Amino acid sequence: MNADNRRLDRVLAAVALALLLLPWYRVRSGFFGLDWLAEVFGKPDLWPGLAQAAAGRWQFWPVLALIAAAVWLRLRTPSGPRRGRTLVWLGAAGLAWMAAQGLSIGTRGWNWSLLERTLGEVAGQPAFGAGAIVAGLFFTCLISFGKAERGALKGDAFVLTSIAVLILLVGVFVFYPILSIFIGAFQDFDGSFTAEGVLRNIVDPKIWSLACLGGGNCGVAWRTFFLAICTATASTLLGLAFALVATRTGFPFKKGLRLLTVLPIITPPFVVGLALTMLLGRSGTLTQWIEAATGYELGRWLYGLTGIWLAQVLSFTPIAFLVLIGVVEGVSPSMEEASQTLRADRWRTFRHVSLPLMAPGLANAFLIGFIESMADFGNPLVLGGSGGVLSTEIFFSVVGAQNDPSRAAVLATVLLGFTLSAFLAQRLWLSGRSYATVGGKGDGGTHALLPRRLSWPVVGVVVAWGSFTVVVYLMIVFGGFVKLWGLDHSLTLDHYIRAFGIDLSDGWRWSGVAWNSFWTTMLIALIAAPLTAAVGLLTGWLIARQRFPGKGLFEFLLMMSFAIPGTVIGISYIMAFNLPPIQMTGTALILIACFVFRNMPVGVRGGVAAMSQLDGSLDEASLTLGADSGRTLRRVILPLLRPAITAALVYSFVRAITSISAVVFLVSAKYNMATAYIVGLVENGQYGVAIAYSSVLIVVMIAVIGLFQVLVGERRLRRRPAPPSPSEAAA
Amino acid sequence: MTGRTAIILAGAALALPAAAQAAELNLICAADVVICERLTEEFGKTHPDISVNMVRMSSGEAYAKIRAESRNPQTDIWWGGTGDPHLQAAADELTTPYESPMQAELHDWALSQARVSGNRTIGVYSGVLGWGYNTEHFAAKGLKEPLCWADLLDPALKGEIQIADPNSSGTAYTALATLVQLMGEDEAFAYLKQLHANVAQYTKSGSAPVKAAARGEAGLGIVFMHDAVTQQVEGFPIKPVAPCEGTGYEIGSMSLIEGSANPDEAKIFYDWVLGAEVQSLMPEAGSYQIASNKAAKPSEHAIDPSAVKLIDYDFAEYGSAERRKHLLARWDAEIGGAASE
Repeated sequence: MNADNRRLDRVLAAVALALLLLPWYRVRSGFFGLDWLAEVFGKPDLWPGLAQAAAGRWQFWPVLALIAAAVWLRLRTPSGPRRGRTLVWLGAAGLAWMAAQGLSIGTRGWNWSLLERTLGEVAGQPAFGAGAIVAGLFFTCLISFGKAERGALKGDAFVLTSIAVLILLVGVFVFYPILSIFIGAFQDFDGSFTAEGVLRNIVDPKIWSLACLGGGNCGVAWRTFFLAICTATASTLLGLAFALVATRTGFPFKKGLRLLTVLPIITPPFVVGLALTMLLGRSGTLTQWIEAATGYELGRWLYGLTGIWLAQVLSFTPIAFLVLIGVVEGVSPSMEEASQTLRADRWRTFRHVSLPLMAPGLANAFLIGFIESMADFGNPLVLGGSGGVLSTEIFFSVVGAQNDPSRAAVLATVLLGFTLSAFLAQRLWLSGRSYATVGGKGDGGTHALLPRRLSWPVVGVVVAWGSFTVVVYLMIVFGGFVKLWGLDHSLTLDHYIRAFGIDLSDGWRWSGVAWNSFWTTMLIALIAAPLTAAVGLLTGWLIARQRFPGKGLFEFLLMMSFAIPGTVIGISYIMAFNLPPIQMTGTALILIACFVFRNMPVGVRGGVAAMSQLDGSLDEASLTLGADSGRTLRRVILPLLRPAITAALVYSFVRAITSISAVVFLVSAKYNMATAYIVGLVENGQYGVAIAYSSVLIVVMIAVIGLFQVLVGERRLRRRPAPPSPSEAAA
Repeated sequence: MTGRTAIILAGAALALPAAAQAAELNLICAADVVICERLTEEFGKTHPDISVNMVRMSSGEAYAKIRAESRNPQTDIWWGGTGDPHLQAAADELTTPYESPMQAELHDWALSQARVSGNRTIGVYSGVLGWGYNTEHFAAKGLKEPLCWADLLDPALKGEIQIADPNSSGTAYTALATLVQLMGEDEAFAYLKQLHANVAQYTKSGSAPVKAAARGEAGLGIVFMHDAVTQQVEGFPIKPVAPCEGTGYEIGSMSLIEGSANPDEAKIFYDWVLGAEVQSLMPEAGSYQIASNKAAKPSEHAIDPSAVKLIDYDFAEYGSAERRKHLLARWDAEIGGAASE
């Protein structure tokens, strides 16, 4: 018996067991609760696939027929290219049929009235459950095993299955939801088709008006675009200034600068906005000082685009810094030295050699600033003023009194259009140019210091902005201990007690209001982080080490999911996963899936970057010695990837805790997340508790990041201590 | 593979808490988070066998969620928030009729909601529209106390007033509908246009204006008076005012969701929350609305409805979808268009 048959036997056995034993449909009380075992005979919805088919649900018959055909092939035909081709077809047909029947038969019968008219009534069906998931994976395996038998990728079934499963997952969790948005735009809430909402919204002057050029008010799309450009420009320039100061001046507090850059990453997003109102609002501390000193009334300038811009630049400058520092350090000193040898002065060298070589970093930092600003939800919510930006408009067109899903869909499409065009423009601009300056030759030089006419202003800006950031963060710490901001500034622990109190009077009781959402957040973030890292690094390994047709497209589509703003993800998940065939709203799974597929691209990038440092001969040695590719990945590659693993874990953990824009739509009564809860507190004006809760989150994140570092451990390449890893830059 | 083990472990970890509880109740609470938590806690004390999953939302959010889930409801009961979306949900048949044995104990205005909707919704509290102004700020600037709708047009109040955007807030829609009923539609829009000169910001959330006023970020916020009272009791220099020309009110409502998973538990909550005992607790949680149970003990801070000149608010007419759409469209065209910065 050969390996082809062995693995085919395994999946056939698995799917047969699933059809006989596992309930095909989703169990409402939870599959792992096992409550359903008690009532499995009474409720037909709990029956496994085979029983469903026998009970007359005709949509199961093709599934069974395809599985039977696979069994017949296994028994009758020897493994080889011919059987492989048939297996691929069987798998594809199975997946297509499952998707088609799942999408067309809903809880109450046909989803599309056209089908009802042509085919007559049909009994409704619940969402896919354990049995259906196993069947779906089985058909996916048929495709990859078939390909392996045909000899694709040297017949490596592990790699092929990984690719097939990843494509299936990305299809289900990234593209299907985005597609649902477009479909949702054309649907009434009872499911019937209408184009009225889209037609009305797509030409709405409130979105597209350009009247501000002539002194009027611009539409929300243009205002968001304008804001994003301003934020991206400012944060890139400031990030560059910080990076230059850190690498090319004699500035004494470089360690402090690094520390400052970590803070905004672990800060829940709207907290900065909140601190700004406390500082610069009409009755903010700083405002009152200035007003008392000068007698000039500052008023409410903070509310509106200016305030959002300020908060966003505060939040995103450190991210730009992290992107740029690697690039600024990476510019080879020999180039600069060569320029100076050729008699260029320091300014000329900087202007014509160093700066152009930093172009890819600047473009990346700009792109990240642009996308983050477009997607930002927390700061506009706190500082919004009368008009919003796209992300808040989307939110309010769903939850506000206007509840207009087609408007949300149109706005989401506009937002997606902006971010994807920025993403594409950056790819096009950078492709086909070489920026490599670090070669194999020894490179012993040091970077030239900044020209003097540049270094003073740059240091000045950095010190000013750095101290502003410090003041904002001091406000955050302070705000948690003050009784009532703006009224009673006496110190108190009340907010912490209300949020995190523990009642010891009759046993141990978590009496604080924050505990519930706090534990949920921790549980979900701790589950999502390793999954994200695993999926991300596996994908990174496939991209860096395997050659398969369509790899470029695969990589591009994966990276594209980074450009989809959180609000759009949230809306699309609600639209896609609330109804059969896949129903996950109100569960923790939807939150986990959202985090995994939203944060995975960073793991992929980190994985690809780290893998490109490892020579392919290591893998080849392992393969030659008889290990298969799965074993090679586990025993050789993974231990060498520790810094990338830590980075992916930390990033996904932190993002799972601090993200708000997608989460707001996905939380439920049972699984409420910390950020969604804090936004509720802010809306209710309970700033003290909100800030106390946020400070606790920040402290917990620092602790857990330290823990990850210890758990994953250092990579040991040789006896001497390894140089500091570039993993921070990847985050 | 490790990934698969992790998924299985994750699933098991998530399912465990679900398995431990027998009866469940999924509650959407569309009021202040403190009240929502208090209600959940009290219900848990008296009904230890039912575990309540509460999520707080604004009333617009709640309606949107229930409507989005109409083909597959995840919620059992929806408590609180202005009456309009409840009536809207009743008209869409998203909620289910229920005649509670507690109806005899309720005020007539609470039952009027049930009558209009065919028992699909019922009043749980009511609140009077008015405003709260920052007394310290007004004194410092030498402004005169605003007692009537007409006083708000004083040019000295330029940039001092906040009110929510009626597109996103039920409070602001109540204000819009109140002015239309009080003055007539054209006059009301003429008034709003004049008021617009004084409005600093149209907020998204209904009670945000008075919270801004409390912190001095604005001078005056047009809100339900109980929201102003809450700020006053917390110690902010806010004074609630009922306009002298007369004003409208909301009936905070409660509905059972059609086709929900736990209808029996929902009815237990429904009857329990209409009781006098529970409603007397509300002021402790900082909620100064008027209780719907006749026997409920009113708070000393609560607004006395007999001292306020109330209009005969037509909930059926102004809660209807066409009327609402018309007024909002007109607001967008004449007021909102000028407002977006």
